[in-house]
Amino acid sequence: MQLLGIWVAAFLTLCIYSFLYKDNPLYRFAEHLFVGISVGYGIVLSIHQGFLPLAWKPFWEAITFQDTSGFWVIIPIAFGLLFFARLSPRHTWLIRYPIAILIGYGSGIAIPNVLRANIFEQTRGTLEPFGKIARETVAANGNIIPPLTPFEIVGAILMVIGVVCTLTYFFFSVEHRGPIKGLSKVGIAFLMIGFGSAFGNTVMGRVALLIQRMDFLMFDWIASIGTIFSSIF
Amino acid sequence: MLTRIVNMDRRYVFILVALAVIIPMLFSVSLPVSISQPTQNLYDYIENLPAGSTIMLAFDYGPSSLAELNPMARAILIQCFRNDIKVIALTLYADGTTLASTLIKEVAEEAQAVDGEDYVFLGFRPGATQVILGMGTEIAGVFETDLSGKPLSEIPIMKNIVNYDQIDLLVDLASSATPDAWIIYANVQYGLKIGAGVTGVMISQMFPYLQTGQLVGLMSGILGAAEYENLVDVPDKGMQWINVESFVHLLIVLLVVIGNIAYLIQREREES
Repeated sequence: MQLLGIWVAAFLTLCIYSFLYKDNPLYRFAEHLFVGISVGYGIVLSIHQGFLPLAWKPFWEAITFQDTSGFWVIIPIAFGLLFFARLSPRHTWLIRYPIAILIGYGSGIAIPNVLRANIFEQTRGTLEPFGKIARETVAANGNIIPPLTPFEIVGAILMVIGVVCTLTYFFFSVEHRGPIKGLSKVGIAFLMIGFGSAFGNTVMGRVALLIQRMDFLMFDWIASIGTIFSSIF
Repeated sequence: MLTRIVNMDRRYVFILVALAVIIPMLFSVSLPVSISQPTQNLYDYIENLPAGSTIMLAFDYGPSSLAELNPMARAILIQCFRNDIKVIALTLYADGTTLASTLIKEVAEEAQAVDGEDYVFLGFRPGATQVILGMGTEIAGVFETDLSGKPLSEIPIMKNIVNYDQIDLLVDLASSATPDAWIIYANVQYGLKIGAGVTGVMISQMFPYLQTGQLVGLMSGILGAAEYENLVDVPDKGMQWINVESFVHLLIVLLVVIGNIAYLIQREREES
């Protein structure tokens, strides 16, 4: 069975890589198969790991009076079912209620936490190194952290310059002329460095995927050919 | 000649890349790997946890990212089982369930770790934000059972675990924005310490969190996996693949340089 799995995986891998030569039916077959299996697998798993234990089980236990505390799930289930109102043109307006709940809940949960995690903490992180230039600090684990080295001081200054200039580039309420233009050009340079770093890392990631597949083809699939031959002869 | 280089059929590049992968793989070339500070920090944090501590391991990736993240997961599991650190694994990705389950069982078997005592795999629940927030109140409220259907109340490792207060660290192995979600909801709201292992595509996005201390450490792509394998002293796929990766990177740099030189010379000729 494992051998069959290896051969199917190898065949589909080669089908996908055949696209590098040119588009062909084998590639399209593998692509469609992948999409279909992914969606099917995702739906089945969501039903078994989400819908059945979180909605259906408590609901069933409630209506059969095994555990009446499950009656409360009828409310979210009812609101969830309103999404299907979209299918009826006469009742489509009902979909506003679950969407309103989702947006209200999502915004209420996200806004304070996102502000704290991505704005306040990042601002603190940008300015905090300046407080460590001339004095020792104590880390969370109790270790004494020495004052910043000249290299770290340059890094902290560069970081502030990068933040200010990049934000200036995205400040469109003032025409970008004179000093604002200069600052935004420096901002562009920082952005380009960021994009370059992201692109380099992306190349690393994509190459790793290729290496993993080649590793599979060379050491699992080709080894399985040897296993088949040795079992025959 | 220059025109040929500039207009070279891209399939020659594919062949060159394939050769750059296959040849070093066949000859098992080994290059030194130095450890970056973010990876070292994550390793040290786990290494300094006392025996009996509990970490959560989130397998937030699917098959398309296993090349980078499976070696990281393997190395962290080995470190945890070796140091008697309990592992509560889960996934916010439907696709991650089978992958994670297979890998955990494989490593646990090698390390002779016992299901339910040394580790537990809770499986998948849909709705990432709700899952993260819900576990802050009560883990059993979100995952009533583990993947095999055993109630959490009957699992020894979960005996004294109610919510994040009893978790010493969460390590998110991620191929998408889930580390942001863990930081925004679990770290900010509940003060849970977080480390991450991410794919190459996401590394740049994670560095601001490292600088502020919102992440205790970070493994960056296949390089991070190789570094971690080096640290736990169990070289495996990460170490093998990073050597091959170096050759492909050399080839890509070479092709970029040659392509640009050829293009510039050709442009100059056309202008003159």
